[in-house]
Amino acid sequence: MRKGKLVLENGKVFEGFIFGFDGTAKGEVVFNTSFSGYQEIITDPSYYGQIVMMTYPLIGNYGTNLKDSESIKAQVSGFITGNYEDDWSNFEGIESLNNFLKQNNVTAITGIDTRELTREVRSSGAMRGIISPDISSDEKLLNDVLNIPSMSGLDLVKNVTTAKNYIVSSDSPKYKIAVYDFGIKKNILREFLLFENELKVFNANTSPKEILDYNPDGIFLSNGPGDPAALDYAIENTRALIPTGIPLFGICLGHQLVSLALGGSTYKLKFGHRGGNHPVKNHLTNKIEITSQNHGFAVDESSLNKDVIKISHTNLYDGTNEGLVHNKYPVMSVQYHPEAAPGPNDSKYLFTEFMKLVDEYKK
Amino acid sequence: MPKRTDLKTILIIGSGPIVIGQACEFDYSGTQAVKALKEEGYRVVLINSNPATIMTDPEIADATYIEPITAEFIEKIIVKEKPDAILPTMGGQTALNAAIELYEKGILKKYGIELIGAKVDSIKKAESRDLFNIAMEKIGLEVAKGKFIRSFDEAKNFVKEVGFPVIIRPSFTLGGTGGGTAYNLEEFENKVNRGLTSSPVGEVLIEESLIGWKEFELEVMRDVNDNFVVICSIENFDPMGVHTGDSITVAPAQTLSDKQYQVLRDAAKKIISEIGVETGGSNIQFAINPVTGRVIVIEMNPRVSRSSALASKATGFPIAKIAAKLAIGYTLDEIPNDITKTTPASFEPVIDYIVVKIPRWDFDKFRSSNPESDVLGIQMKSVGEVMSFGRNFREAFQKAIRSLEIGRYGFGADGKDIYDTEYLLGLSAVEKAENKEKILSKLKVPRSDNIFYIRYAFLTGATVDELYDATKIDKWFLNQLKDIVLFELDLYTYSFN
Repeated sequence: MRKGKLVLENGKVFEGFIFGFDGTAKGEVVFNTSFSGYQEIITDPSYYGQIVMMTYPLIGNYGTNLKDSESIKAQVSGFITGNYEDDWSNFEGIESLNNFLKQNNVTAITGIDTRELTREVRSSGAMRGIISPDISSDEKLLNDVLNIPSMSGLDLVKNVTTAKNYIVSSDSPKYKIAVYDFGIKKNILREFLLFENELKVFNANTSPKEILDYNPDGIFLSNGPGDPAALDYAIENTRALIPTGIPLFGICLGHQLVSLALGGSTYKLKFGHRGGNHPVKNHLTNKIEITSQNHGFAVDESSLNKDVIKISHTNLYDGTNEGLVHNKYPVMSVQYHPEAAPGPNDSKYLFTEFMKLVDEYKK
Repeated sequence: MPKRTDLKTILIIGSGPIVIGQACEFDYSGTQAVKALKEEGYRVVLINSNPATIMTDPEIADATYIEPITAEFIEKIIVKEKPDAILPTMGGQTALNAAIELYEKGILKKYGIELIGAKVDSIKKAESRDLFNIAMEKIGLEVAKGKFIRSFDEAKNFVKEVGFPVIIRPSFTLGGTGGGTAYNLEEFENKVNRGLTSSPVGEVLIEESLIGWKEFELEVMRDVNDNFVVICSIENFDPMGVHTGDSITVAPAQTLSDKQYQVLRDAAKKIISEIGVETGGSNIQFAINPVTGRVIVIEMNPRVSRSSALASKATGFPIAKIAAKLAIGYTLDEIPNDITKTTPASFEPVIDYIVVKIPRWDFDKFRSSNPESDVLGIQMKSVGEVMSFGRNFREAFQKAIRSLEIGRYGFGADGKDIYDTEYLLGLSAVEKAENKEKILSKLKVPRSDNIFYIRYAFLTGATVDELYDATKIDKWFLNQLKDIVLFELDLYTYSFN
């Protein structure tokens, strides 16, 4: 491995070793606290434009496999670990993380003091950064970092949404679900296919008319990257679809779009929620779910009109909003990831609940 | 839910004298529990026959009885102290057994005393092999397959179903005489026939053997609201066949993908609900086939365990303290996280380091009389353990070896080896091959000193695959050890000149 550097926009420089694709990576540096699930994280379109650092220091242990990718390719701009472990061992593994990253053109850096870097991000907030094998001039690298566009106000969805609409279906489907792809994770589709569903996956910019022409029994708004407030078209489309009375379910970015469509607002969190251990309280059942999270923006709970919606879920770490249900229409959305991948399966019941709404609507 | 106000006095049962497998970890958890309950305003009465414990210090409980932990003595304490409830999940197996005895003798009913932390039904379901297997089947989880047979033909049919190796246990023989493990049909025929003859009732139990499988543990907690959290996952360095107490273990699990880990987490959640542990901590053990990934539930302990002390210290989550608070009616989200103080205990700890535990044995007094005394198997033999933290496995492992106080300063390179590095490296190719075979053959039998022989094997040219075949220690760990050896060899190429 050859030497490389990670430079942050506040001027902080970390030295390490380059692995994966031998090149340069630019993006917003964020951290994820999951022990495992690096393949899911690397291939999750919500991380588009970001350099992801794992706080757990041993990464690569179980290699990569054919089951764990959340989209057809790697989506992160770069990847950071404390200790990259090249000698992997697992009964499902097919190759090393290093080779996986190489094939996917993702540049990674290891040997970084990820504990210090986490502290840095926690205190200064999410920052832009660069991973580079060119270690000659920190100044030049810092200059490159400052030219990276900032996340706020950025429509990243257009880079990850499907260009062509497509249909996936379980055997003998009973219901039709229209899926807005803002950068959807495969496991959401897998969860929906456990029910008797035909899923038509639409480009993010599809008009409500085209959605309604499909005659869906349910509408789903997927996860996705970037600033939700920059997605005027998606907010407007959501606003138009809510009053149709067709059951609507949003996850992560989908939740933010529902909130924005209902007149709420969103803001950028200092360093985001990314990990698989966040406790969330469900106010309808009073039960705690351990949830999988990945979001840099959040819904401002005070901006939501309580005559229109009920707060359904709250994060017990920092009290931020995690979900809502509409008082009048069959609309539900959550900020976290019930589809897990990676993370705990505590919240899978949300798919069942949504399918109940779909079933009632179809009747 | 707020804490219960219908309880005033609670009796905690300690674990008694220190024996192998049940040592000071229960003093640690019991003391935490007494303090936690007192903090909540309960009057706490304690029984423990072992005075060399912190929990029996006069200022810890409100009343302390140093008496034998038997139903007879506990009844006397009950008469005198009139507790409303007994917390039996802090004193290891001793306390659980005492609780069951109190129940069987009708003492709990007679004085109207409630068991908190674990109910009699749950304890029985977890402890009885039959009830446990039925419970696991009900929730769709697999346990090791087994069958009682009365003829060789019957045995042969069963072994066709489960494959080799299998364990043969003749019924009703003293100390399992005539039993053993069979790896092929020839051995199988011999051992089954011998077993059938030696069993007074002509019956033999054939069990699928999990020897060599990967072994994992989950330390989990549940509250009255059915909230569930995993405090820590633990992976055994040594494969199935070596008691967890005699295994090197690491936390968190290292060699599972997230989906594979979530299978264990989902299973643990189902198990604790089905067994019916309403509040508190449990330890659940799994075996995973290293080739097929098939998951088998080994057992669950409906109480704080040896591993929960380790898990508490590895993560900073005080399992016994929180378990005591759950037993009196709090839910996890009502209890503050001990470290942050501002967030609730209803979360799963994440760490940014790896923890390695290495057992410490003391065979010196026995080895001369029985050279087999340090062979590790299903009965625990270690008398203590060390744990260490590191940013990678190699660092934590090296620190743990230094801490063992066995005169070693690490994994080799400390001048304390039986086979000096330079000696092994200086052997001729033929000599190396001979020594390698000898060492690999020794490593097939798990022993307390095997870890150092893994190093010798690498130095005689053994490959990770060869070592895996001999030991069934996951290749991930073997590669880590190999890296330490390679680093040592790299250091040899430098000199002070």
